[in-house]
Order: sequence, then C-alpha cells, then structure tokens
Amino acid sequence: MRDEQHIKEEVMTDGPVMAGSSLWKDAWRRLLKNKLAVFGLIVITLMVIVVGLGPFIREYLTGITPEYIPAEGDKIRSFPPSWRHPMGTDEAGRDLFARVMQGGRISLMVGIISTIVSLIVGVSYGAIAGYIGGRIDNIMMRIVDIIYAIPYILIVIVLLSVFGGENIPDWINSLAGYFGGGAGLNQIFLLFFALGLVSWLTMARVVRGQILSLKNEEFVLAAKATGVSTPAIIFRHLVPNALGPVIVYATLTVPSVMLTEAFLSFLGLGVQAPYASWGSLAADGIKNIAIFPWQLIFPGVTMALTLFSLNFLGDGLRDALDPQTRKF
Amino acid sequence: MLKFIFNRILIIVPMALLVVTVTWVLIRVAPGNFYSTERNLPPAIEENIKKKYGLDQPWYVQYGTMMGNILRLDFGDSLKYQGQSVNEIIARHFPYSATLGLLAYLLALAIGLFAGIVAALKQNSAFDYGTMAAAMLGLSVPNFVLGPILVLFFSLYLYWLPPARWGGPLYLIMPVVTLAAIYAAYIARLTRAGMLEVMRSDYIRTARAKGLNEKTVLLKHGLRGGIVPVVSFTGPALASLLAGTVVVEKVFAIPGLGNIFIQSVLNRDEPLILGIVAFLSILIMIANLAVDISYGFLDPRIRYE
Repeated sequence: MRDEQHIKEEVMTDGPVMAGSSLWKDAWRRLLKNKLAVFGLIVITLMVIVVGLGPFIREYLTGITPEYIPAEGDKIRSFPPSWRHPMGTDEAGRDLFARVMQGGRISLMVGIISTIVSLIVGVSYGAIAGYIGGRIDNIMMRIVDIIYAIPYILIVIVLLSVFGGENIPDWINSLAGYFGGGAGLNQIFLLFFALGLVSWLTMARVVRGQILSLKNEEFVLAAKATGVSTPAIIFRHLVPNALGPVIVYATLTVPSVMLTEAFLSFLGLGVQAPYASWGSLAADGIKNIAIFPWQLIFPGVTMALTLFSLNFLGDGLRDALDPQTRKF
Repeated sequence: MLKFIFNRILIIVPMALLVVTVTWVLIRVAPGNFYSTERNLPPAIEENIKKKYGLDQPWYVQYGTMMGNILRLDFGDSLKYQGQSVNEIIARHFPYSATLGLLAYLLALAIGLFAGIVAALKQNSAFDYGTMAAAMLGLSVPNFVLGPILVLFFSLYLYWLPPARWGGPLYLIMPVVTLAAIYAAYIARLTRAGMLEVMRSDYIRTARAKGLNEKTVLLKHGLRGGIVPVVSFTGPALASLLAGTVVVEKVFAIPGLGNIFIQSVLNRDEPLILGIVAFLSILIMIANLAVDISYGFLDPRIRYE
C-alpha cells in the first residue's frame, strides 16, 4: 500500500504551503485511498441505515414487525429462511430478519454510547494525570493498574446490580425516557454506562502518553505565560492536539465494546427480553444449533460483518491520521 | 537486574491485597448478599448463620479477619458449595482452564508468529493481504459464534470430533482452536507490524552490510526486536484469557475456573470470589513481571534500575 506514489504525495502535502487545518483533509484523502477502510465505511453506513430505517420500511411493505408471529404451523414455529422470512424465524416464530435489525440498533447504540462514555472518562483522566504529572500522575496511573487487574466482568456485574432494578439513577431513567422508557430500556441504558466505565482504561493511557509528549511544547508555555487557567490549557489547548490517536482508539473501542456486550448477553447478564441485541440473539440461537442453525448464523454473521468493517475502518483511520507510526 | 526482580516481587503482594480490597468493597457496596439470593430463612437461623460467618461484626472487624486469613492463604469455605474450601475448588477447576489456555496460547503463538513473519517479509503480496484479512476475521468473529459453528460443522455434520465435554486429545481440538483464534489474529498483526518496523531499522542494515546471511539477519537480529510488541501482549492476553475461557467452557461444557468464577459472582459467594480474584491477579502480575524481564533479553537497549 505504501507505494512510491503514496510516499511522494505524503512528502508533497507535508510541505509548508499547507495550512494547519489541512491535516484532516489529508487524512480523509489517505483514508479514501485505502480500499479496505472504504469498504468498512460503506458497510457501516449501510448497516446504520438498514438498522435505523429497515424495520419501518419492512413493516410498511410486508406488515412484519419484530413481534409478528406467522399464523401457519402450530407445533413447529422455527421456519428456515424463505422469501417471506429471509433469515427464517426464531423459537417463538418471530421473524428473525426484523429481530436482527432491531437487535442491531441496540448493539450499535451500545457500541457508540459506551465508547462516548469511555471517551469522556478516559480523556479527562488521562489528560489530567499527564498534565499535572508527578506524584498525582503516579497515583492516578497506579489506580488504573489496579482496576486493570480486577476482572472487568466483576465490575460490570457489580455496577449492574448496584444501580440495577429499583436503584437506577434518575438521570439514566430520564435519558431512557426520551427513547420510550420502560424497565428493559432503562437496563440497557445502564449497560451503556457500565460498559463505558470499564473500557476507559486504555484510553486514559493513550491520552496520558500524548499529553506527556505535548505538555513541554512552546504553545503550552505561551498559554501559561498569557495566564490561561490549567483546565483551559488541558482541554482547550492540549486535548485537541491529541485528537488523532483518540479518534483512532475510539473507533477500535466500538467493536470491542460491542463484543463485550455480546459476551455479557451470551452469559445472560446483558440485554434482557423483550429487547434483543445481536449478542442475545446469537445466544438464543446457540440453544437450537443442531436443529435450527440459521438462528445462530444470521445474527452471528451480521455481527461479525459489522465488527470486521469497524476494525478495518479503525485501521484505515490510524494509517490516515498517523502515517508515520503504523503499529499493528 | 536482580534488585529489580526482587522489588517487583515485593510489590506483587501489596498490589494483590489492594485488588482484593477493592473487590471486597465492590461486593459489599452492591445491595443484597449471598443469603438474599437463596430462599427466605427464618430470622433466627439467619442470625446464626451470620454469626458463624462473622457477618454480625462491624465491617472493619470483618475486613481485618478476611485480610488476616488471606495473608495465611486461607480463603475459607465456599458459601454455595458447602464443605468445600475455596483452595480446593480452585485446585480442582484451574487445571482445566490452564490446560485450555496454555494450549490455545501456544497454538496462537505458532500460527501468529509464522503468519506475521511471512506476511512482513512478503509485504503487499497475496499472502500478506490474505493473512491480514484472515486475522481481521479472527478479531471480528465472537468466540461464542465460532465455537458453535465449529461444533455444527465438525460434530453434527461431519461426525469427526466430539461436540463437548472433557476427555482425550480429540475433545481438546475445538475448544483450543476457538480460544486461540482471536489471539492468533492479534499476534499475527503485532508480529507483522513489529517485523516491518524492525527490518527497516539501521541495525538490520548494518547486519546485512557486514555480510551476514539473510537467515541470521532475520532470525537472530530481526525477530528479537520485532517480537517485543508480541511479548507486551502476553500480559493482557493472560488477563483476557479468563473472559475467553468462560465462553469456551460454557459452549463446550468444560468444568473450568472461568465458569466457577462467573457463578460465584452471580451467587455472591464472597470467599470464592475473593479467592479467585486474588489467585488470578497474582497470576496476571507474575505474567507481567515475566514479560518485563524478558524485554531485557530481547532488546539489549532496555536497562533496569
């Protein structure tokens, strides 16, 4: 991929003619050159559209909703894929295609919102530790080390049980209220935060490393000299300069959070009925794998395709935003 | 060097105690306890049980007793599995997880290193693209999907392999492959990136310039530097092996420690949770220490103070 043409272009675009804002334009062009990343971007966009609008369109065209149960057949309800049910039907006879689209909403939402939570926590934590430095940095990073050593599954379960059921904080309930509310949805919103709160650790390390290398730059000295407050230096001057690696790492956090959610749902700790996610659909499918394999294969493959695309997009973004250090 | 190792070993004990403390606080902060998950007991019996396990004492006394017991490596009896000590339970179930994890890790290393090195040497070839796409696939297919699909194909369709449980070597194949897939993918990517970076560096050029043959340059000089990111991955890999084995143990009905741990958390079986957490955190820290020590052998520029 790193052919001569490419290098020539990098050298040329790095020239002094380019203004600072062209970094993002450059990155965008490099991203578009990467076929796999473009593939990922297209699949993700399509997936978001299908998952977002698909259920409405499908209901309008065929009258099939995720709760729809066909009238025919009384003993056997799991039908193999057909024209009417392209992914077959599940144990209860519900259309699997509609369920996979609906589950995709939850899975994608878990991925995105939990990543935002982990971004907010991780970036602030890492930036503060890195900028203040010294003993406080040392203590803050040792805390991160300790949390690393505790199995995250324990933390998630404790968070879910401390704040679950009756004890869900009001602000989570009101947030879930915008999307319809109800006990199941409140639980899902709690899951967003529980997952976000266990996936910020690496983000904090990445940001801290960036801030450490930035904080002795002259622009920080200039800001200090003109009397800018410490929080403003951290969040207005330093964090925006560390944005590249943060975006890259965030893109790679989305698939890993989605995997964790699927894993929790597989263990029966994540998304609860009547809601579904790709993970919980796959977990349901495993029970019937010998007789109705499509009940595992469709949600599983849809999820794998999405994660595959997200990983490629994340890789492409890293190469685009940071062409010097191509890790992995 | 010896001083460094000694200091790090000294640190492991207080770190493990700290991890246990945080875990204990987490368990205690969560509403409910072991007894609230069981059927309702008459108050008098509950009183007696609480007295037996010291739950009627103030929290600092309970904490002190717990810490004292842990320092003597005595985690007490499990609440759920009556009459079995935590140490017994760990000793009985850990070998399954360890066998599975170790074999999976060796397999992942073998596949990952080979694929990564060849991909790096033939950069931008069909093999390179193919391997990296396969690695990405390995990272993207959840292991609870991969495992059942393997079962579906090899057990239910071809009748080649037993679908579940613990037995001879044949029983191990599918669980180990399922567990190894994601690690092999990671290691292949790390190795490729590490090798690409190292093979462009000055000391490799020097090695070639002084007339060493390509094999020596590659295996003696290149690999040592290129493998460093893979070694750093070993520590976190061991930690995530726990989560990984949980799924594999569940899919293939293997009585390993991962499932026991999840069950203990769901049951609020406090002694068992603390015992497993302490055991695993020490294991993880020893692995991390081993990783740090091996840096020195791999990269002579790294010095310890």
